[in-house]
Amino acid sequence: MRSNRITVALAVALVVLAGLSLFVGVIELDLQALLRGDGHAWEIFLLSRLPRLLAILCTGAGMSVAGLIMQQLCSNKFVSPTTGATISSAQLGILLALLFWPGSTLWGRALLAFAAAIAGTWAFVWFIQRIQFKDAVMVPLVGIMFSNVIGGVTSYLAYQYEMTQALSSWLVGHFSLVIKGRYEIVWLTAPLILLAFVFANHFNIVGLGRDFSKNLGVPYNLVLFMGLSISAMITASVVVVVGSISYIGLIVPNLVALFKGDQIRGTLADTALFGAIFVLVCDMLGRVIIAPYELPIELIVGILGSVLFVGLLFYRLRNGRRAIRLTAPSAGCCPMPRLKEGGQA
Amino acid sequence: MKIRQLTKRYQGKTVVDGVSFSIPKGKVTSLIGPNGAGKSTVMSMISRLIAQDEGLVDLDGTDVGRWKSRELARRLAILTQSNHIQMKLTVRELVAFGRFPHSGSRLTETDEAFVDRAIAYMELEEFQDRFLDELSGGQRQRALIAMVIAQDTEYILLDEPTNNLDIYHATNLMKTVRRLCDELGKTVILVLHEINYAAFYSDYICAFKDGRIARFGSVEEVITSENLSAIYGVEFQIQTVKGKPLSIYY
Repeated sequence: MRSNRITVALAVALVVLAGLSLFVGVIELDLQALLRGDGHAWEIFLLSRLPRLLAILCTGAGMSVAGLIMQQLCSNKFVSPTTGATISSAQLGILLALLFWPGSTLWGRALLAFAAAIAGTWAFVWFIQRIQFKDAVMVPLVGIMFSNVIGGVTSYLAYQYEMTQALSSWLVGHFSLVIKGRYEIVWLTAPLILLAFVFANHFNIVGLGRDFSKNLGVPYNLVLFMGLSISAMITASVVVVVGSISYIGLIVPNLVALFKGDQIRGTLADTALFGAIFVLVCDMLGRVIIAPYELPIELIVGILGSVLFVGLLFYRLRNGRRAIRLTAPSAGCCPMPRLKEGGQA
Repeated sequence: MKIRQLTKRYQGKTVVDGVSFSIPKGKVTSLIGPNGAGKSTVMSMISRLIAQDEGLVDLDGTDVGRWKSRELARRLAILTQSNHIQMKLTVRELVAFGRFPHSGSRLTETDEAFVDRAIAYMELEEFQDRFLDELSGGQRQRALIAMVIAQDTEYILLDEPTNNLDIYHATNLMKTVRRLCDELGKTVILVLHEINYAAFYSDYICAFKDGRIARFGSVEEVITSENLSAIYGVEFQIQTVKGKPLSIYY
């Protein structure tokens, strides 16, 4: 039986960390000032700290869920917005908006980013379905090549039209520009995550294959199409606001699945919570390490993520898809250290 | 279920050519024949996994391709051979998917009862919370059959269910097929390579050769040395064991 204790522990950890993060930053802000009703303190809180926290939560939860959906639909553990050309397509979309629609608002850019991300993801999945790869690792490799090609086009266009400077803030993800009034698009991830929860079983069934879906009366193509679009839209709305944040969509669902399996209904909440915690912790690290300056989140996530990714690869190579069984369901909220021990059932 | 003039062509080559027969209700019918005789293709068309080029598969007066997919999923279940499940699901989670055509994502108490019964029927109680990738091939096959049982359809179609199973598991699987028919009143249609399994556990045999039906009838009518020699092109001897025709080929 699945216990909800992990979910509860994750939720508690998230609330505590979120509370903490509100009071980390360049400008001193303390609870007493807020309680006194200090106008300046409230201004910082509402204009900067709270938006930043909300953006972080939406990013972490959203990117993790986007990765989870893509991994399920493609039934490949290494597919994600990073390794599936979604992020790079969204970036191309933003560049196109900057080039051909100079007066575009944030929403206008988001619209093009949505369209490009969806198109890029579909193209990638269509391609990997045509060519049935024997080796599961080939799929993300093709995805990385594919997204590098798209990234190449983006860079070329950016150089050609001298837009590299403007584009750079979407290439490396960071939260430092998140303030009230220019981040709200990222809220879109919340209804999209809810939608993913409603269709969780559909995604599972489609992940089990075309014949399997047909037998259960689930429209394979439609659900595949819809699921990928949800993933792409979540990713695009994050990229538009925060920029590219790699690895989360790859690492987080994998870590959660190691412990809780692949039934999306059972893992979606944990994946979202753990993703939010992961990004929150990385962000706090980025703000603390060289304070009062700030390291971009992409850097911290990139370092932590690549280490975890290598660990994950080794684990999969050694143990296949075997589960790690939690003997005691209360074994803490943060499952990361166990990965290195290679513990198993 | 009536099958009329079913035809399928792949790149100009006719792999199923005007196949017509009626599937007897509440019986076990096995489709046999050499490789490439078209039996699996027929099975796929009967279960609307692939569309036919001509002819129709008539279920209650409507071609299966015209049924609403989810409604048909409450009447007919198909288990193909390509079920190397890549996903880490528990046995119970898999079996519960069988209730999807009935209740969607929200399982009712009735659904849970169906799942319980299916798991008990396949004697999987002790494994129900284990992940599928921790089980043996035979146990996994049983879990898939349990899902089909939970789907609670009138028709159950199994494409080479004994593939990759050892003699113990394959024989047990065939006994289960018999029980599905005798105890639960299901109409079971199988594609089988192993003629003796077909002869011992089926009521009817439909033998295919070159995309057409070579023989269709009761086990005793079809399993004769002349018929089988003509279909497979090797010599057959038939002996009677427990009242059933046992074929020996060499």
